[in-house]
Amino acid sequence: MENGNGEVAITFAIISLTLMLFRVLYVIYRSGKPLRTEARGALSTLIVLGSGGHTAEMINLLLVLQKDRFSPRFYIAAATDNMSLQKARTLENNLVDENGVKEVQTAQFMQIYRSREVGQSYFTSVWTTLVAMAHAFWLMTKIRPQVILCNGPGTCVPLCAIAFFFKVVGVRWSSVFYVESIARVRRLSLSGLLLYKLRIADQFFVQWPQLQRQYPRAHYVGCLM
Amino acid sequence: MGDTEDGIKLKKTVFVTVGTTCFDALVRAVDTPEVKDELLKRGYTHLIIQMGRGSYTPTKSGGDDGSLAVDFFTFSSSIADHLRSASLVISHAGSGSIFETLRLGKPLIVVVNEDLMDNHQSELAEELAERKHLYCARPQTLNQTIAAMNLESLLPYPSGNAIPVAKLINQFLGFPDDK
Repeated sequence: MENGNGEVAITFAIISLTLMLFRVLYVIYRSGKPLRTEARGALSTLIVLGSGGHTAEMINLLLVLQKDRFSPRFYIAAATDNMSLQKARTLENNLVDENGVKEVQTAQFMQIYRSREVGQSYFTSVWTTLVAMAHAFWLMTKIRPQVILCNGPGTCVPLCAIAFFFKVVGVRWSSVFYVESIARVRRLSLSGLLLYKLRIADQFFVQWPQLQRQYPRAHYVGCLM
Repeated sequence: MGDTEDGIKLKKTVFVTVGTTCFDALVRAVDTPEVKDELLKRGYTHLIIQMGRGSYTPTKSGGDDGSLAVDFFTFSSSIADHLRSASLVISHAGSGSIFETLRLGKPLIVVVNEDLMDNHQSELAEELAERKHLYCARPQTLNQTIAAMNLESLLPYPSGNAIPVAKLINQFLGFPDDK
């Protein structure tokens, strides 16, 4: 009897692991392929903002995206970064001014703990990364975005990893778009490299042709700035 | 260029900006007699330094004795105004400062901070220098760059365009191309 139970448990474990592996492989295979169905309604969109130059590039992209397709919009910036959300608020306020008072509810602004501050040692960042992951998980559970737009700050890595996990377990299928910063000419940033290599980004954009030659799955789109 | 009749020279300002960073090596470099001399030789009359979080304080000067007038401050909400009224901008390598200056069509020397741990920023400055949109220097070579620069040879930077990205994102999600 004991033996029999053990065998059943092992068989069950092997089967579920195999199924999980297939599911992960399927998600990797399916990610990066255009969505087959024609999009009808608006898609909830998470926009990950970084400091300084990153935010300026993201704002330039948002200015040309059709706001009625990417709605509601959730902005996330690092808890230590007050400037970026302020810039996003200005952008959203200008939209409200253009379109009348109707669209007040389509944007939300949130802050997230950073896994690593600029200059922080890699050793202490193990702990801060865990805290950041938990916080990211909580935010992602609340938002469950259909589209994620990010362009380089480290905060986007945990968020995108959780999005991938949601795809695997079937909570939410999201499309992750990553635009590597214009400051990256010859080498990808660590965030970019991770999202590219792990195939977490559905579409990966670079702003310099020499990067596209090194990373053939990336799309070269010219300069955003 | 100077209006010799009145003895008043045409005001030509050099604006130095380090953004929100700490970049003493640059502030120290522009405060050296070598750099100031070269700036004077090139016809600049005023030097304004935005020194950010740095601790090195440059020496102020009224510039009455025919030397360069020097002034500095830490931060200001009117960086854009300073950029606009400058004849030459010397900046740290942050992409924000670089593109703000290029968009205003101002001649720009980007000085790379070699003390940064992850110094990817030199990539952008070097690429844009190769494309002749700006000059790229190190703190210790700044005076040579100023002496050798030919501002006529700089090319205007074409403004960026996010539409290709937006198009690909829309296609991927199954939105029609235009509406």
